[in-house]
Amino acid sequence: MTILDVKDLAKGFGGIRAIQGLSFSLRAGAIHSIIGPNGAGKTTLFNLVTGLYAPDQGRIAFLGETVTGLPPHRLAAMGLQRTFQNLQIFETMTAVENVMVGRHLHILRGLLPSLFRLPSIVRSDRDARERASRLLDFVGLGTYAEIPAGAMPYGALKRLEIARALAAEPKLLLLDEPAAGCNAAETQEIDTLIQRVAAAGVTVVLVEHDMSLVMGVSDHILVLDHGQKLAEGPVAEIRANPAVIEAYLGTRAAEAGAVPAPAG
Amino acid sequence: MRVPLPSDDWIADPRRGGLALLALVLVVLPIFLPNRFYYDVAIHAGLAAIAVVGLNLLIGYAGQISLGHAGFFGLGAYGSAVLTGTHGWPPLLALLASALVVAVLAFLVGRPILRLRGHYLAMATLGMGLLIFMVITNERTVTGGPDGMAVPALDIFGFSLSGRNKQAWYALVALCLLLAVWLALNLIDSPVGRALRALHGSEVAARVGGVDVAEYKLIIFVISAVYASVAGSLSAHYGGFITPDAVGFLHSIELVTMVVLGGMASTYGAVVGAAVLVALPQFLTAFHDYEQVMLGAILIVCMIFLRRGLLPSAIDLIRARRP
Repeated sequence: MTILDVKDLAKGFGGIRAIQGLSFSLRAGAIHSIIGPNGAGKTTLFNLVTGLYAPDQGRIAFLGETVTGLPPHRLAAMGLQRTFQNLQIFETMTAVENVMVGRHLHILRGLLPSLFRLPSIVRSDRDARERASRLLDFVGLGTYAEIPAGAMPYGALKRLEIARALAAEPKLLLLDEPAAGCNAAETQEIDTLIQRVAAAGVTVVLVEHDMSLVMGVSDHILVLDHGQKLAEGPVAEIRANPAVIEAYLGTRAAEAGAVPAPAG
Repeated sequence: MRVPLPSDDWIADPRRGGLALLALVLVVLPIFLPNRFYYDVAIHAGLAAIAVVGLNLLIGYAGQISLGHAGFFGLGAYGSAVLTGTHGWPPLLALLASALVVAVLAFLVGRPILRLRGHYLAMATLGMGLLIFMVITNERTVTGGPDGMAVPALDIFGFSLSGRNKQAWYALVALCLLLAVWLALNLIDSPVGRALRALHGSEVAARVGGVDVAEYKLIIFVISAVYASVAGSLSAHYGGFITPDAVGFLHSIELVTMVVLGGMASTYGAVVGAAVLVALPQFLTAFHDYEQVMLGAILIVCMIFLRRGLLPSAIDLIRARRP
């Protein structure tokens, strides 16, 4: 089953065409990676898919429905979530509150019950807090629950974003460079986390420069270059593709590819 | 190791400790008010605090500026004045009707202008405030124009509260302030409040998380306008006379200054900010002509050394001294 279908997508900024004539579709229940050199249009693609940008042309279908031009909160309600390359954290809120915002669409949020703190809101908030704490434990941040997010270390914030996204119970989760700036041990934790998320039935799309992570976890890879599709296919195929090696991976990576990538 | 919850700390737990402490302060304060003049200062501070607690929800928590809230304050005040004075409505009904009109107006004005951000939003709300000021100043037949108009005494369930009855007014304002603070605290610690704080922290992340950012900005704009309107209605009845000064730009600035001085995103800070800024000029009268200069200097010094505002900075100090 196709979860995301992109047809003839284009987006430009001034004279720069960030995405042009891009078409691809992603199968549900797999881990997909999007790779390509800096400026290939990976983050722009995420911004288009999540509704933060409106495309100049083209069509995006999520779960079989055309969603082109829908605002992000409507897409979130349909089961689309993402994390950000440059962290987008609610810094003055505690870690658990950050994750509770992710529960927003699933909990009671009436204005009058909130103002008068009616028992219904108290109960629903208590449930939300419990679920959020469990998610923090799931991503390994249980000890940070009541710490203001602004005081947390960088590596922890990467996982906090994942927990917040998971709180919304997404069907499709877009991860924008979750391992950027992480050391080897932290990258290994992200690797494991991605596989556990996928095992829970969430379709994952990963944008990442760490090739051993990408090659290790992905079922399917899409390669972008200058806003266009350069190649797509299973890991082994992409690794051997001369055009991909030329544009992005380079010969060293191709040689490294001969060594089995660390399994998660 | 699990880090201790901040709620183990009574200062940080707004509902359990903070509200009780505020109530205690409000009950004990009259002992230190030697005469009617000091009661008057306390009542004015309390009335300002109600408006500022509401404005702090908008500025401190949701991160949206308004330089026109005196407009809503003024509409509440003039609404009550006209409906009770000219049309003989019961004051409570007039207060509620004025608040409803202000809510509708804030909704209609807020829809287009809350799309704006930062300085542009500041300009737009400034324009809105000036517009309300001009209308109130020019509609002489209704509002008395620049000369102002008299307002009948507040009359609740048969009890007539003239502005001269300081003790009764003090009690009423204290109760209203407690209610205002309680509602604000509830809101902040609810899904609505979390959505507001989230969109302040990162609008993109809030939107992707499912928060309809435009809707929530509008909700809090309307709520803060209603706070200002109610404070305006009560002020009009207490003072017994209103002039367009209450609607003016300087009053809007004063309200924003109280939010910032007390501490953004701190409800009790808003109360402290209002109290200090109302009381301070009374203690500075000794400086005669230089009163405004002293006030300005104190504000500058506060902003340099206590940038987070009076109350959050004070709490930090207390925490730092504990072992």
